[in-house]
Amino acid sequence: METVPLTHILFVSTALFCIGMYGLFTRRNLITMLMAIELILNSVNINFVAFNKYLYPYKLDGIFFVIFIITIAAAEAAVAIAIIINQYRTHQSIDVEDATELKF
Amino acid sequence: MNALIFSAVSGVIMMFSSFLLNNKNSVRVLAHVLLLATIIANIFELRGISFFHIDTRGMLEFDRFALLFTLVANVCTFAFFLLSSRDLEKIGNHYSDYFSLLFFILAGIVVSSSFKSLLMLFLGIEILSIPLYILTGSDKRNLKSNEASLKYFLMGSFSTGLMLMGIALIYGATGTFQTGITVAEKVPVLLITGMMLLLFSMSFKVSAAPFHFWTPDVYDGAPTVVTSFMATVVKAAGFIAFMRLFAEEFGSIRPEWKLLVGIVAAVTLFIGNITAVFQQSVKRMLAYSSISQAGFMMLAIYSLSNDAKEGLILYAAAYSLATIGIFAVLVRMKDYTFEGFNGFAKQQPFLAGILVVFLLSLAGIPLTAGFLSKFYMLKATIDGGSLALAIFAVLMAAVSVYYYFRLIQSMYFKTGNATISGTTTGFKYTLAALAGITILLGIFPNLLTNWLYF
Repeated sequence: METVPLTHILFVSTALFCIGMYGLFTRRNLITMLMAIELILNSVNINFVAFNKYLYPYKLDGIFFVIFIITIAAAEAAVAIAIIINQYRTHQSIDVEDATELKF
Repeated sequence: MNALIFSAVSGVIMMFSSFLLNNKNSVRVLAHVLLLATIIANIFELRGISFFHIDTRGMLEFDRFALLFTLVANVCTFAFFLLSSRDLEKIGNHYSDYFSLLFFILAGIVVSSSFKSLLMLFLGIEILSIPLYILTGSDKRNLKSNEASLKYFLMGSFSTGLMLMGIALIYGATGTFQTGITVAEKVPVLLITGMMLLLFSMSFKVSAAPFHFWTPDVYDGAPTVVTSFMATVVKAAGFIAFMRLFAEEFGSIRPEWKLLVGIVAAVTLFIGNITAVFQQSVKRMLAYSSISQAGFMMLAIYSLSNDAKEGLILYAAAYSLATIGIFAVLVRMKDYTFEGFNGFAKQQPFLAGILVVFLLSLAGIPLTAGFLSKFYMLKATIDGGSLALAIFAVLMAAVSVYYYFRLIQSMYFKTGNATISGTTTGFKYTLAALAGITILLGIFPNLLTNWLYF
């Protein structure tokens, strides 16, 4: 059976990383920005699993790191949603362009 | 290990204390006692007595450097508690939660200053950041605080993403998370890319230029008490993690990144100092001053010698104590602009004198701790072979004198009615003690640095 080479998987994860980055910089809706951040974290997860499976299959380091990332991402999302809800209560919108109190 | 377990358990205790104790005073006293216990436990560990024997599989190493910095961070936090815990309670109704978040941040500081594995670096930085996002936004009715936490969260999680990508690439290149890589003659591209990403994300965390854009806004928007903690102890912890990472993980490929770190340090010094000159608000000025001090601390990472390590610890202590002191006074002021301080010396001569000591220490005038810590940094830089960078740093320190002395000028030489509220005798004596420590460390730095060796 022909297997998928490592480079293909790395290509997918890098593409996801860039899409996440692009989304974070261009989107103005907070929920979408949060999704972009999750996309970045998940691209890293793919990277870890791929490296572990292809290059260092005798240990499970990478897989364990992924579990930590998922946990931390959940904690971060919880805090983020709390912040977004608070923002909605005060501004009645979740658009970052509306948050203009701090100008330099 | 002592400090880690004590501060984590203290955080949990503080969380439950909100419904066990219904008196603000007792919650505050409990927080002080728990922090004191953490400090004592840490001193025991510095003397070689560890209460807990846990096999961390080599992922955490509590060496002298980490323990000493933990001590500095805890003592600075204690000073912060003594000076500002009453103001902390004014932020909102959940006062015991703020203390518990601070304890969790301390636990994160211990992890991120004693990591031996990139996994622990990531966990430490996150344990330290997530409570800070909450604390930044803790003034829920205030639009500014809300927006600051939003910005801080977006920037923070973006830099976390960069850091994770960096760790993933390093894992791909070396196959391990343990620090201390060994490379053959040719450094793999994956490793270099990972190192660059880690450099960027750590620069974000310590707000080094050109990744500093979030800092003034976040520091300005956050409740002033929280800013005081964020700009001092947390930033110093970021630098200790930075230093450890680049000394242990990337020490062997130093030629690859030395120039880059030098450039980052120079740019940080330049932008921080020049922008601080134009600020009208003291709070914003202190935010930019924290960027410029970060530039000085970057010099330690540039040179990586023993002097730099000693200097970084001393710098962390000197900078944190002075800034905590200034912020403690600033919180109680009615007007945060420079004009708000006009005529301050007439009304509060004692407090004004103490503020002058702190400002001199930040500016790096001899006989204060700030001078000696800057001296250590410059010495390490010159020994590291870059005279030009050291000269540039001195020039920038000269610029910094302008905006620190502007505050002294408005306190002493301008007339006005500065309004300050809630200065108790205890508050004044605590500030005086901090000023005393600042001067003492400026004359006998060995009191602190000798702990690194025995």
